[in-house]
Amino acid sequence: MSFEKFIQLTSGIVPLPVENVDTDQIIPARFLKAVSRAGFGDNLFRDWKYDKNGQPIKEFILNDSQVKGKILVAGKNFGCGSSREHAAWAIYDYGFRVVISSSFADIFKNNALNIGLLPVEVSENFLEKIFDLWQVKKSMKLMVNLEEQYVSIIGTDDKERFKISSYKKKCLLNGYDDIDYLLSKKEEIENFELNKS
Amino acid sequence: MESKTLFDKVWDKHVVSKIDDKLNILYIDNHFIHEVTSPQAFAGLDNRGIKVFRPKQTIATADHNVPTKGQHLPIKEELSRVQLEKLKENCVNHEIKLFGLGHPYNGIVHVIGPELGITQPGMTIVCGDSHTSTHGAFGSIAFGIGTSEVEMVLASQCLIQAKPKKMLIQVDGKLNRGVSAKDIILYLLSKLTSSGGTGHFIEFAGTAIKGLSMEGRMTLCNMSIELGARGGMIAPDEVTFEYMKGRQFVPKEEEFVKKVEEWQALKTDEGAEFDKIHFFEAEDIEPMITYGTNPGMGIKIGDNIPNKNGEDKDFEKALSYMGFEKNERIIGKKIDYIFIGSCTNGRIEDLREAANIIKGRKKAPEVNAYIVPGSKLVEKVAVEEGLQEIFEAAGFELRQPGCSACLAMNEDKIPSGAYCVSTSNRNFEGRQGPGARTLLASPLTAAASAINGHITDPRDFL
Repeated sequence: MSFEKFIQLTSGIVPLPVENVDTDQIIPARFLKAVSRAGFGDNLFRDWKYDKNGQPIKEFILNDSQVKGKILVAGKNFGCGSSREHAAWAIYDYGFRVVISSSFADIFKNNALNIGLLPVEVSENFLEKIFDLWQVKKSMKLMVNLEEQYVSIIGTDDKERFKISSYKKKCLLNGYDDIDYLLSKKEEIENFELNKS
Repeated sequence: MESKTLFDKVWDKHVVSKIDDKLNILYIDNHFIHEVTSPQAFAGLDNRGIKVFRPKQTIATADHNVPTKGQHLPIKEELSRVQLEKLKENCVNHEIKLFGLGHPYNGIVHVIGPELGITQPGMTIVCGDSHTSTHGAFGSIAFGIGTSEVEMVLASQCLIQAKPKKMLIQVDGKLNRGVSAKDIILYLLSKLTSSGGTGHFIEFAGTAIKGLSMEGRMTLCNMSIELGARGGMIAPDEVTFEYMKGRQFVPKEEEFVKKVEEWQALKTDEGAEFDKIHFFEAEDIEPMITYGTNPGMGIKIGDNIPNKNGEDKDFEKALSYMGFEKNERIIGKKIDYIFIGSCTNGRIEDLREAANIIKGRKKAPEVNAYIVPGSKLVEKVAVEEGLQEIFEAAGFELRQPGCSACLAMNEDKIPSGAYCVSTSNRNFEGRQGPGARTLLASPLTAAASAINGHITDPRDFL
């Protein structure tokens, strides 16, 4: 199953300056009972968004209707903990297409790339710069260019390059997934099995 | 010949081909699936109109979302029931062996793989669950994957993976009294933090590690993911082979002897290089407990909660969630629940250790004490050995197998604001139920704390 291509995006941001955001916060386990991929966005950051009576917690950023954007910007070690791909699905389903952080947990990064959600790793300095600028200018926008592998702060000279594997980049630019690729290698895999003792 | 690490040896043997300088097509020997992270993968196969490529290399169990009481009854909650029915349907359609609810081999995926001998040295093993790292205790490369990757393995028995960096964690010396594998990993986490292993695959070595039983090694490797590592592994040795001998899916007799010879080569060569090395001394480790909201926030049980003014952004938030103050003593804090179980500490040795403390004592009346065996086989032995009687006489409840209160997907939830000393692996906010406050510790510490009704140094009972 292919996914939506990602080439370039200019958008406002939703800042979440919290470190070690684990996948249990992104989507609590009690919402993992669905057997399809759809609809997880409704419960994104559920227990940070609503109190125990189901009332919105107004201080939480996703409850601020003024804050809009397809780019989530979060503190380091984002997506740690459980391997649930539901976390990436929830972020994507909510409407985000990019997550920026100074580091990602390995499994989350793979999961995101596999569904067409782009994880962009930037330096701690650049991340701080984004958070700081947002404090004074909530309407700030970022431009994420996958082809040339950089993220820039619109209206400034601030720009940083990011890394991505050339294979994964091609997949995202074209909307291809790994399964198509692996299925095309079936013969090679069968040969490997024959030669494996 | 080039010196290789244990990790290199196993990895290199499974590379089908290279895509670019970083990415490999990696062959997977064994794939475990469960009800929560597999349905969307099967739906993907169905959409493509393809079947599972190597159905004999996938094993299924129901564990995350099963009740731990009345497992013979129909599941009341509709969504959970549908999820289990879907697993069964997918396994039937794709000819996959399922150890479903009620099967004598049913249990938590990372408990049953090793205990049935499906997990073997030198294998590549994956599962849509981060604690797949557990299986590394046998000298296999085992790691958690997402659902898209589950679909890849079902479709091709392969994954596209970048080779991680290599880290060696060596712990030497003799463990102190009352210190278990759980305390070792909580200690390592307190030193290296919950992102200290990101991007790496860990090999655990040293005399303290070699001195652990297989079950202890599993506890250690299980939580290597909490360091942010892809996984952790330990070179197989006589302890490994002794554990494996005679298990259901392990080769028998001459074939076993031949296998052992092969497995003996699975160790890091002298002079092989690691990207990072950490040395620790066993004598520095004491019974540990966490006070915060990630597994790296742990202290020696006798220590006070630290005071990290300004050093750590998560710190203040975590203390406020936990209802703790800086510099407070953690021993003596009142608790409401204890949970002994999970893929970290739900094996028979864990239950035996807890029983040693519990025997002849009673839990504090206000504490709810749950013991959830990791599998049907663990449950069976616990009953046969009389552990169940010991637990019940002390007011502890021995429930039926499953992931249970580790992630609170089923009805086993800790209420908001309540404190739970838990032998599981994650103390994240709400992990054991919305608002629940989790303190991670060993089975000994959980048992001792249940008896006193407050956080207790297990050495008081030893």
